[in-house]
Amino acid sequence: MAPVDVAGPDERTYEWARRGVRAVLAGLAAIGLTLANVALLVVSLLALVLVPVPLLGMALVSWTTTLVRKRADLERRRATSAGVPVPRPYQPPPQRGIAGGWRRFRWIVTDPATWRDLAWLLPGGIVGATLGAISLAVPLYGIMGLTLTPLWIWLGTDWYGYGTVWSIDTFGEGLICLPQGAAILAGGLWVAPWLRRADAYFARLLLAPTKAAELRLRVTQLTVTRADTVDAQAAELRRIERDLHDGIQARLVSLGMTIGLADELIDRNPAAAHEMLAEARAASSAALVELRHLVRGIHPPVLAERGLDGAVRALALSLPVPITVDVDLPGRLDTPVESAAYFAVAETLTNMVRHSRAHTGSVSLRHTDATLTMVVADDGVGGGDPAAGTGLRGIERRLAAFDGTMALSSPPGGPTVITMELPCALSSPRTTRSSGTG
Amino acid sequence: MRVVIAEDHALLRDGLTRILRAYDFDVVAAVDNGPALLPALTTHRPQVAVIDVRLPPTFTDEGLQAAIAARTQIPGLPILVLSQHVEPLYARELLSTPHGGVGYLLKDRVSHVGEFVDAVRRVAAGGTAMDHEVISQLLARREPLAVLTPRERDVLGEMAEGRSNAAIGAKLRITEKAVSKHINNIFTKLDMPPSDDDNRRVLAVLAYLNA
Repeated sequence: MAPVDVAGPDERTYEWARRGVRAVLAGLAAIGLTLANVALLVVSLLALVLVPVPLLGMALVSWTTTLVRKRADLERRRATSAGVPVPRPYQPPPQRGIAGGWRRFRWIVTDPATWRDLAWLLPGGIVGATLGAISLAVPLYGIMGLTLTPLWIWLGTDWYGYGTVWSIDTFGEGLICLPQGAAILAGGLWVAPWLRRADAYFARLLLAPTKAAELRLRVTQLTVTRADTVDAQAAELRRIERDLHDGIQARLVSLGMTIGLADELIDRNPAAAHEMLAEARAASSAALVELRHLVRGIHPPVLAERGLDGAVRALALSLPVPITVDVDLPGRLDTPVESAAYFAVAETLTNMVRHSRAHTGSVSLRHTDATLTMVVADDGVGGGDPAAGTGLRGIERRLAAFDGTMALSSPPGGPTVITMELPCALSSPRTTRSSGTG
Repeated sequence: MRVVIAEDHALLRDGLTRILRAYDFDVVAAVDNGPALLPALTTHRPQVAVIDVRLPPTFTDEGLQAAIAARTQIPGLPILVLSQHVEPLYARELLSTPHGGVGYLLKDRVSHVGEFVDAVRRVAAGGTAMDHEVISQLLARREPLAVLTPRERDVLGEMAEGRSNAAIGAKLRITEKAVSKHINNIFTKLDMPPSDDDNRRVLAVLAYLNA
């Protein structure tokens, strides 16, 4: 969720200046980091030269690579915080790798990212230092105009000039330096974030994964989510099997026995048979209740009948907190996606009712650009932590199976907003556009 | 009394037919799919229709949709909808169609033959029969109901299911007079206009719970 812009002009100026100062400081850091880059490059090249030395060589490469990767990761974080996200490109490490071992060495040298990191060190350092120097120098020059000129006027010493006034000779010319200095300072602060971004874009050229690396990472991620999904499915099937076996199956067996007993008794003791049959009927009712619960947990009937729209509405109606439901879906989703989306919303709503102490809540479902966006919000106490509960983790896993994502915003004091996105296509287009309170 | 049945499971269809025939209903048609239902209703003009929510060919909520469509074509047609599960959402939709008896019950209720037949008769006569499950779900989410005593909540629930004062009294083992006293209290506490007409009273309660 994008933060709502409610800042006044003062706050906006403050925010603008803060961003500028932050970028200038980052530029200063870039200059310092350039020294680290050069040092790392020298050490790395040395390590590569020493590779033929038995044992020591490979261990050295491993250590220097670790350091280079730390430095590159730092740069990725810096770029990401400057608004240019740079993902990590490295292949996952080998299992049980011994430091300095051959397997680890092979893992390092066969990863193109290793060489791209090295290739980045020097040019990246030069670009970083240059842009950092500019972003630092311009505001400093502005500050000089604001501070040194009055100082000069006071001291009356000889002075060359400032800005457009070269060779300041009179008091009036000295005063002109003040607005010039202010303008240059402002300009420097304005341009500094852009220089940061330029530096970040340059870093991305070499530090971001290549297409091939991206695909490799994707395969790794898919392997993990597939394993998760298969595990979750198996656990689910086991639970269903247990519920059927211990619950309904047992009840049906006892039902058959009761009816059999009634059959035996019906001539000799009709009153007892009658009682048995009443018992049997009660048992069949109980079995049906249990079965309904189980079915609801597997795939709610209302979801099959009405799709996500109707199912979420029906769910909202059954909760003790009034929930506004707003749905804009131009058709039915594919069944597996529909089910994942439903259970994700259901789980978040359950969490909300259980923990948030909310008075009202809302669910919004939108389908745009082949993505289903689900926003569940409440006016409760907030402070939700995805690490604390298994509920939110479960939702994340459910969504991950479809490349979906979940973002939680829940500051202490509320409100809590959970945004879930699920890439998916629509089937059977039909027009349903509706909203209402449940 | 003429009845049309729509139920796709042969066993349940035969069972329903047998039960209703045993209680002197005239089952004029028993259809097993959605598309056949509406023509059956318009040709036979039954006095009550007993309809399963989920029917072929799509196995979604065809029965419910057909029931709602039939009500607009044959105003006042009493309809009793049966389902394996109940949703307050569907109850709300059924109740939003104007005029005529409406029922919405779990299929399990058929096993209590006497009560089920009572419900069919009540709906045919223009009354209401809401499943206990629907009502308890509706009651569970209404906070204002905290002002009612537990006994009053019981009476409210029974009333919402569509029972008459006499039936409520019998069920809760209290006198009819006590029932009407409770009902008066409920209407006062919930700030609802009192009504002598049984069915209008039921609808008012359901509208309140559904709001």
